[in-house]
Amino acid sequence: MNRRLAWLFIAVGIAALVMPKLIYPIVAIDVLCFGLFAVALDLLFGFAGLLSFGQAMFWGGSAYTAAIFVQNFHTDGAVALAAGTLYATVLAALVGTLVVRRAGIYFAMITLAIAQIEYFAAVQLKDLTGGENGLPMDTRGHFLGMNVSNDTTFYFVVLAIAVIAVWLVVRVVNSPFGTVLSAIRQNEMRAIALGYRVNRFKLATFTMAGALSGLAGALYALGNRLAGLEMIDWHTSGAVVMMAILGGTGTIVGPIIGAGIYQILNYTVSKTAIGQETDLVIGLVFGFCVLAFRQGIAGGVLSIPWRKTST
Amino acid sequence: MSPDYIASQLFNGLASGAFYALLALGLSVIFGTLRIINFAHGAMYMLGAFATYYGALYLHLPFFAALVVAPLVVAVLGMVFERFALHWLHGSDPVYGLLFTFAATLVVVNVMRILAGPMGSPYSIPDALAGATNLGFTQYPTYKLFVIIVSVVVCAVVWWFIERTLLGARIRAATENPVLVRALGVNTRRLVTFTFGAGVALAALAGVLAAPTTNVYPAMGDDIIIYTFAIVVIGGLGSITGSIVMGFVLGVLQALGTVYYPPISTTLIFVIMVVVIALRPSGLFGRAESSR
Repeated sequence: MNRRLAWLFIAVGIAALVMPKLIYPIVAIDVLCFGLFAVALDLLFGFAGLLSFGQAMFWGGSAYTAAIFVQNFHTDGAVALAAGTLYATVLAALVGTLVVRRAGIYFAMITLAIAQIEYFAAVQLKDLTGGENGLPMDTRGHFLGMNVSNDTTFYFVVLAIAVIAVWLVVRVVNSPFGTVLSAIRQNEMRAIALGYRVNRFKLATFTMAGALSGLAGALYALGNRLAGLEMIDWHTSGAVVMMAILGGTGTIVGPIIGAGIYQILNYTVSKTAIGQETDLVIGLVFGFCVLAFRQGIAGGVLSIPWRKTST
Repeated sequence: MSPDYIASQLFNGLASGAFYALLALGLSVIFGTLRIINFAHGAMYMLGAFATYYGALYLHLPFFAALVVAPLVVAVLGMVFERFALHWLHGSDPVYGLLFTFAATLVVVNVMRILAGPMGSPYSIPDALAGATNLGFTQYPTYKLFVIIVSVVVCAVVWWFIERTLLGARIRAATENPVLVRALGVNTRRLVTFTFGAGVALAALAGVLAAPTTNVYPAMGDDIIIYTFAIVVIGGLGSITGSIVMGFVLGVLQALGTVYYPPISTTLIFVIMVVVIALRPSGLFGRAESSR
């Protein structure tokens, strides 16, 4: 791995360790979960070149599954997490078989529309999902037998899971599998000509990204003790795309930074006269990024001429 | 269920299809020339409704004048946006066009939330179109009939314009081969801006027509834009005929589906989209080449 990228990972790791001291632990949990969610998007967009605009269906669907397990079946948090992730993985495999045949904007539009099916299903299945009110959990329950009712304790549980997940993703993108993905992204026709079954690689990536989004969504629901409709809403799918691109796609670490910046921006703007309408500023920043700063923050750091950065 | 009830549901379907067709047509016109999917289409629809509302509030603009003025105002905004922002994305992956117009949507919707508040305001049906008309088998709201007629006429005119006139031919040619069309002395730059304005005007017209039927509020384009995306995918991305036909057809199917199984009303169009892309990935009216 690129040395500068490694330094970014270390910096993010240190920030993650001190974060619950600096901000509310519950907000810190949100940042971690969105960071993981944005990594899933990076796997799709940054590495496989597939822009999913419906990723909230895995994040939100898994959140509801986990909430149902904890609230209705009183299971251990780890079981709920596994159930949510399994739901997202199966759904991603199903949706994936349909959508990987398309690419580009077609892919974005189709994933967006399919996610709306789950959204409206959740609106209508009030008995299961609580409809507009969402599904609150009375307690987080235990996690692998541990008492995680303290937010800081749960933060470090989330951090441990996030570190393992990110490590796995880094392993995947640096494996021969990851090399084939970048070959497909750069020249799909050539990859096909070389004999790779391109759609299978895309499906595998889509399923992995779905699983990872589900893992993040279930952790988010456990952290906030709530699964809500806005977690499946397309605005959430759009938000994670913005986080990943702001932070810098194709770097894994960038989207985590992007998720942090997004939350900070959201919080700071909400304290100004703009108030609730923080998307106004986020939209402006993101629009600028799309026009002139597509490599994002991590991409920017990586492209600064070498000598200037050494001190 | 009485045949009369089904028939009036059929008309309800045509009325919602009228909005879908106008929006899908605008989206297709823009995609055809700019190769961009305009995510801000829903926001433009919302702006059309707000232009109507504010026009009446501050300028006493009557509804029938708003039908012309509001789309023109939004078209000018759209052309300025195309000329000074969207234009810079020319030549990059179309995905960035989608992302940029998504960002624009967030900005426009939230500006309107600050200006008008999230809840919005009602806009009443003009007196001339209030009440019901006797269709022979049932009394049907006059305003909805008006919406259907306006949409059918406008869609037909746009279709004729693109398929049968010289300017339409140039637009189609510029889609196929912009370099060659430029070499023949056509200002494709201006053509692109004009087309974007025209597409956006169609969305705004749908917004004007929607103003008396719902509250005028900033998030009014949020749901309908996703339905429009699904309809355009079903019809075949970039197919003018496909957009118009499928707009009306899906409006009707949605209304009839609701008769037999009410919970399906919100998802039927998406489910149909899934079936269509499984069986015919380039859409019902699309050509295989537009598959990317």
